[in-house]
Amino acid sequence: MIAEFGYGIALVSFLVAVYSVVAAVYGATRKSAPLVESARRAMLLTFPLITLSASALLYLLVNNHFEVSFVYEVTSISMPTYLKVTAWWGGQAGSLLFWSWLLAAFASAVTLRKWDRDIEFLPWVIMVSSVTLVFFLGMVIFYENPFTRFWLVNGNVEPHMFAPAGATVFTPQDGNGLNPLLRHPGMVIHPPMLYLGFVSSVIPYAFAMAALITGRTDDRWIRLTRRWSLWAWLFLSFGLVLGGRWAYDVLGWGGYWGWDPVEIAAFMPWLTGTAFLHSVMIQEKRGLLKHWNMILVILTYALVIFGTFLTRSGVLSSVHAFANSPIGPLFMTFVSATLIASIALVIYRWPDLRGETEMKSMLSREALFLLNNLLFMSVLVICFWGVIFPLISELFTGQKVTVGPPFYERATAPIFAGLMFLMGVAPLSAWGHSTVKTLGRAMWKSALMALVVTVVLFATYTKNIIALIGFFLIALVLLVTFQEFWRGARARQRSQKENFFTSLSRLMGRNRRRYGGYIIHISMMLMAIGILGIEIFQVETQGTLAAGESIQIEEYKLVFQDVASWDNNPQQVNYTRATIKVYEGGQYLGDLHPRKDMYFSGQPMSIPGNRSTLRDDLYILLVDWQPISSTAATFKIFVNPLVNWLWIGSLLFLLGIIFAAWPDQDPAEETAHRSITRHANQASAAD
Amino acid sequence: MKKIFYAFVFIFILSALFTGAAFAQGDLPTDDEVNAVAHQLYCPVCQNTPLDVCPTDACRDWREQIREMLAEGKTEDEILQYFVDQFGDRVLSAPPVSTKFNWIIYIIPPLIILAGAIILFRSLKEWTTPKAAEAAAVEVGSGSSSPSDDYVARFEEELKKQK
Repeated sequence: MIAEFGYGIALVSFLVAVYSVVAAVYGATRKSAPLVESARRAMLLTFPLITLSASALLYLLVNNHFEVSFVYEVTSISMPTYLKVTAWWGGQAGSLLFWSWLLAAFASAVTLRKWDRDIEFLPWVIMVSSVTLVFFLGMVIFYENPFTRFWLVNGNVEPHMFAPAGATVFTPQDGNGLNPLLRHPGMVIHPPMLYLGFVSSVIPYAFAMAALITGRTDDRWIRLTRRWSLWAWLFLSFGLVLGGRWAYDVLGWGGYWGWDPVEIAAFMPWLTGTAFLHSVMIQEKRGLLKHWNMILVILTYALVIFGTFLTRSGVLSSVHAFANSPIGPLFMTFVSATLIASIALVIYRWPDLRGETEMKSMLSREALFLLNNLLFMSVLVICFWGVIFPLISELFTGQKVTVGPPFYERATAPIFAGLMFLMGVAPLSAWGHSTVKTLGRAMWKSALMALVVTVVLFATYTKNIIALIGFFLIALVLLVTFQEFWRGARARQRSQKENFFTSLSRLMGRNRRRYGGYIIHISMMLMAIGILGIEIFQVETQGTLAAGESIQIEEYKLVFQDVASWDNNPQQVNYTRATIKVYEGGQYLGDLHPRKDMYFSGQPMSIPGNRSTLRDDLYILLVDWQPISSTAATFKIFVNPLVNWLWIGSLLFLLGIIFAAWPDQDPAEETAHRSITRHANQASAAD
Repeated sequence: MKKIFYAFVFIFILSALFTGAAFAQGDLPTDDEVNAVAHQLYCPVCQNTPLDVCPTDACRDWREQIREMLAEGKTEDEILQYFVDQFGDRVLSAPPVSTKFNWIIYIIPPLIILAGAIILFRSLKEWTTPKAAEAAAVEVGSGSSSPSDDYVARFEEELKKQK
């Protein structure tokens, strides 16, 4: 009953979304305000409808309705309720419904705003979001239906939505359960964060298309969607960081980022998004680069759809998987169709998108931002190419290949270095005009100090040339950025006669995006310290120890105590946990407990024993043990220097974005707000 | 003649010593030596997992195979080649340049990036070529002032905007 209800409501919301597309287009071309209003209401209606449909699915998930194949795949009786709820996005069918739900929510939020002078955008914003919604709901209804049930047909169990003739519902005893790797708290919030990022990128795209279609190609659409782009970027970044932390905690290979196609799928829209956040400033300040910003928004949207499809479907594993998956070709068709249509629109409006001013010098801030865009696009090209090359290779030569971390690391490392250098230079350059001389004068102190830092590191810490280049750039960026804070606050202090900290906080409060951006630059450098540490200085060893034996790695001495195994039947898992005593220079530091969980389903999971300090992480994995005697075990041990800075940087990074995206009331709005509350108060006083 | 005989004996003993030493070293290679090779290989069954960290039984067997091959005195390249022969190029961490087709992966990205750079610099040049009248009309800030003046001016301009 509930399954049919959920499916029926999904079908209704699909039809309503189709209607909203048609009404919006028809209303806009016929200039019929009532039709557009009708499209808007239809759009608004999709949200409660999909909420209902999703509630039906949640009801099925929470109440162990294993006759529903999706519920059977992602939950089991033993799972706690909160995991059953989050299993909603634990499989493809559910996550497509989740995507649709988020999109309906965001699109509704947008259509509810006051449109006033932007009313001509409205029908087209509705159209773009509804088309996207139609596509995702169509996937849910026709191809990846989360409400499909098992039926007993002539002794065979088959999944169908509706009862075949003479069939009875088949209910399995228990479900498969969510993949144990996905039960980590990081993994519970990581997908929704990525999806929030993905879905909020649809909104700027919808406005960009509206601007192109209506011919209002000034930067109004950018101002309207500025906050959306920032929030989209925040969620994407948060999702990526959580994913990295999850990999470090759960996947058991001593790293946080493996250049896996699924990771890259989430990273690519982040790259275009980051490029957009920079180049959009050029359009706002100087009226340049309108074509380019359009292209970036379009690319972000295309990559978001591509990424959604990549993360869940696993079709990139081979050409056959792609061709046989019902949704692979459909996704590709949708991505290509929207891409072609959008680019065609940009070309159609090409003359309107001409820059309003000229560029002055090769070293002006806008020119440096362009260089930054070139570098981000280069990383994108490498990532995209690396992800699709295995398919191309298989298609043309029949030979499967792997494109692994060495390819990406070698190709992107110099580009990241270039980006860091730009981070050190661009904040000092002026809009419109800069010369080598002005830049040099602003920079030389920081550069000299960075050089001193590098020399000290050379003398005391490392002789590795790549690491030294990295540390020089990090020091340069940090110094330049701090100098920017210092100079801004000092200048304000002098003109406003405030104390330094008041000046600093007011300065930052008044220029949230700029100083938020600088905080993000600083956090990026902290992350870079961690990345350099683990990439260049990571030390690993592996050894088999009998009880009481020890192994030495770097300054650490590890003494193996014992290993114990036990079953946890309700959780359907066998735990094996080792105890290791850690000493440094004869001093006892504590115990570590690397663990291996073997789920009865056959899925293994390695939980590292990790001792984390600002200097390094001691990261121990239990690889193997003697099942009978339990007195000898094999460990893989990593010392990951400086890696904690990666997580500290990530935290600061998120704070920086939140700072930049925090809604500050602009003065006009604030006055309006005050007068409204005043009127409200008077009205209530009069009552 | 005797000299030659002694020389032979000497060489014989020496080589015997060396062979003995080699056998003595022929203990099983350490895990670290095995992992150093395994790290360059990708598990042929699990996607995108280097062989040295892959937890599956199949991968454990493959690691043991590497250990045996190392013990037999095979070089790293020979072992890698053995796995490529067995399972194809996909076990390597990046496509080998041994086939002509694979060159594409290394050539295309630099070409695209280069093209992007050329387009960028051409447009920049076009934009920065002074068009006297226009340039004068939209001139902002002064090029001759010192950087700190420029900074303060910029700053004050922004302050004004805020008010």
